[in-house]
Amino acid sequence: MPLLDVRNLTVEFKTADGQFRAVDGVDVQVDVGDVLAIVGESGSGKSVSMLAVMGLLPWTATVTADAIVFDGLDLTTATAAQRRSIIGRDVSMIFQEPMSSLNPCFTVGFQIREALKTHLSLTRSQRQSRAIELLEQVGLPEPVRRLKAFPHQLSGGMSQRVMIAMAIACKPKLLIADEPTTALDVTIQAQILELLLELQTSTGMALVLITHDMGVVAETAQRVSVQYAGQKVEEQSVGTLFADAHHPYTHALLSALPERANSRRLPSIPGVVPGQFDRPAGCLFSPRCSFADERCETVQPTASASSLGHARCHYPLSKGVPLARAELQS
Amino acid sequence: MSDAITGPLVRAKNLSRHYEVSGGFFGKRASVKALSNASFELYAGKTLAVVGESGCGKSTLARVVTMIETPTAGELDLDGYVISADNELSDSQRSQLRASVQIVFQDPFGSLNPRQSIGRILEEPLLINRPDIDASQRESMAREMLAMTGLRPEHYERFPHMFSGGQRQRIAVARALMLNPKILVLDEPVSALDLSIQSQILNLLVELQERLGLAYLFISHDLSVVRHMADDVMVMYLGRVVESGPAQTVFSNPQHPYTQALLSATPVADPSRKQTRIRLQGELPSPLNPPAGCAFNPRCWKTEERCRGTAPALEADGSHSVACYYPMQ
Ligand SMILES: Nc1ncnc2c1ncn2[C@@H]1O[C@H](COP(=O)(O)OP(=O)(O)OP(=O)(O)O)[C@@H](O)[C@H]1O
Ligand SMILES: Nc1ncnc2c1ncn2[C@@H]1O[C@H](COP(=O)(O)OP(=O)(O)OP(=O)(O)O)[C@@H](O)[C@H]1O
Ligand SMILES: [Mg+2]
Ligand SMILES: [Mg+2]
Repeated sequence: MPLLDVRNLTVEFKTADGQFRAVDGVDVQVDVGDVLAIVGESGSGKSVSMLAVMGLLPWTATVTADAIVFDGLDLTTATAAQRRSIIGRDVSMIFQEPMSSLNPCFTVGFQIREALKTHLSLTRSQRQSRAIELLEQVGLPEPVRRLKAFPHQLSGGMSQRVMIAMAIACKPKLLIADEPTTALDVTIQAQILELLLELQTSTGMALVLITHDMGVVAETAQRVSVQYAGQKVEEQSVGTLFADAHHPYTHALLSALPERANSRRLPSIPGVVPGQFDRPAGCLFSPRCSFADERCETVQPTASASSLGHARCHYPLSKGVPLARAELQS
Repeated sequence: MSDAITGPLVRAKNLSRHYEVSGGFFGKRASVKALSNASFELYAGKTLAVVGESGCGKSTLARVVTMIETPTAGELDLDGYVISADNELSDSQRSQLRASVQIVFQDPFGSLNPRQSIGRILEEPLLINRPDIDASQRESMAREMLAMTGLRPEHYERFPHMFSGGQRQRIAVARALMLNPKILVLDEPVSALDLSIQSQILNLLVELQERLGLAYLFISHDLSVVRHMADDVMVMYLGRVVESGPAQTVFSNPQHPYTQALLSATPVADPSRKQTRIRLQGELPSPLNPPAGCAFNPRCWKTEERCRGTAPALEADGSHSVACYYPMQ
């Protein structure tokens, strides 16, 4: 049984112009010790789907799912008390905007000690020494001094590391990291990713990593889930995904990597992601897909076999070439 | 000004920009050496990339080259005009130069006035700098620029909030091109963008460079983008150039330990390639209180006594220069 099992998750927002579907039937499975990367265009629902798991969306959001099970407990039916004992302790999250998630009125030390107080039964001095240990772990120099600092006295990279320290404070079984290193320089990014992987190997912590940096995905993840316009369009192990992407969106995305270019002109995906009012009737990627035909424009594709990366496509690619219908049926 | 096609459009000699601040120890005046002794040349149709970590002085260099700030020392030869701390240009020289050097800022959201239509945004540089051009001419030039940067005619009347990040960055590029510049300074032009939008913008830049012979000063912390775009590279650390040379050479044969560390820390989008990483200790020191000697010495694994003494000078071996006592072999 997976540690986290999310089935058919849908999130809709109430907006001035009506309901907007930000997440559309997404499945997520994460095992103990897994490193799952979630990638995809900006606005494809990566953050919203994980915030839904954490139960942290505003009231304007309507969340539906067949199941959201964490460590044997169905979070959709759990009591508030049951949820509180899990969220923040066994599952924790590093949020996309580090500056806005630290409280500017309290010192870093106070905030870390509060997190420890809520979930663990430690004495005052144990909490203080654990806080120091955590800042050392995330590589902040002079931890004792930093604990007395207010968030505005820290650089972007330092606040990011404080956030990470808080997220791992209670030794979570699952850490959801939403763009944890985007604000950081590459040398610091390398240190942080190494730390997260070290925790994953030494404690069996599972990691969900949301990022748009394909380099980070390649070097950190075991599995990759690709989202487009609220839907999961492909999922594969990292090695096979980079070698042979089956969904045309994934394929186009990887071709746009500058390091894969063999001329000064990069292959690029024309157009933009569909919005609230121009969602196509068929495949959501069809208006931008170079392989789309009439069927793609009218009929919604379902997920294909796992050997084809569960690609949500009528004509999944193999080595960049769409499989003919006949081949699929045989 | 300079008609010689072979001469550089920009030549910087020991360019420095220091800031006086009152944040030093015991409230004393202190000086932030944001940029020290940078020398380089930039040619028409070529791209010089500036790389390095946060706070190393990339944007400061951009502001000096675009005349938003004057250098506190050194000399900048821009398209034939010489700018230095004690050589202020006249207003007319300045406005002429402003037209030839333009900048595109990092943030496609913050750099466009939300209350101006796209047409108005594009026409504003003409309105300010080219009183000889009338309204109808301005409009037709703006519309031409929309087409050239891959935007649509109906976008002329629209406002910035109606555009995606990629489109806004196109608008920012379009605006920078309105005065027909020869030099474009691009400060992190794609770092706020998605991979798929990034490739559209990079293609646009390549196309415009080929068509118009533009010279790019391309600032980025993304080495895979730099590798794709640059002819020459300049690596900076704490306000100083530590290595420079043709992009090919610097990437395949980095000489400065910092360049090596930077390259090895950059993740590569290829899971079959497991690289061994150089682990750097600590972080960038405060620019208010830089280490004595080579600024990189507290984080460097090759540091010797000498590195803590005087800072090594940038030494050239052909077109490849490095500032290190113990360059890599
Ligand atoms: N509170 C909200 N109300 C209405 N719409 C929202 C709200 N939060 C998010 N959305 C919309 O939901 C969609 C998915 O957003 P989400 O933040 O999950 O994207 P993302 O994949 O994380 O993108 P990015 O890579 O830019 O972080 C977007 O179109 C966004 O505008
Ligand atoms: N007006 C100013 N007054 C004082 N210090 C300044 C000023 N402008 C920049 N600095 C300092 O100069 C140094 C270089 O800043 P700069 O913005 O050029 O860095 P950068 O390389 O562009 O960094 P980033 O990658 O974060 O954009 C920094 O330490 C910065 O704090
Ligand atoms: Mg997000
Ligand atoms: Mg900058």
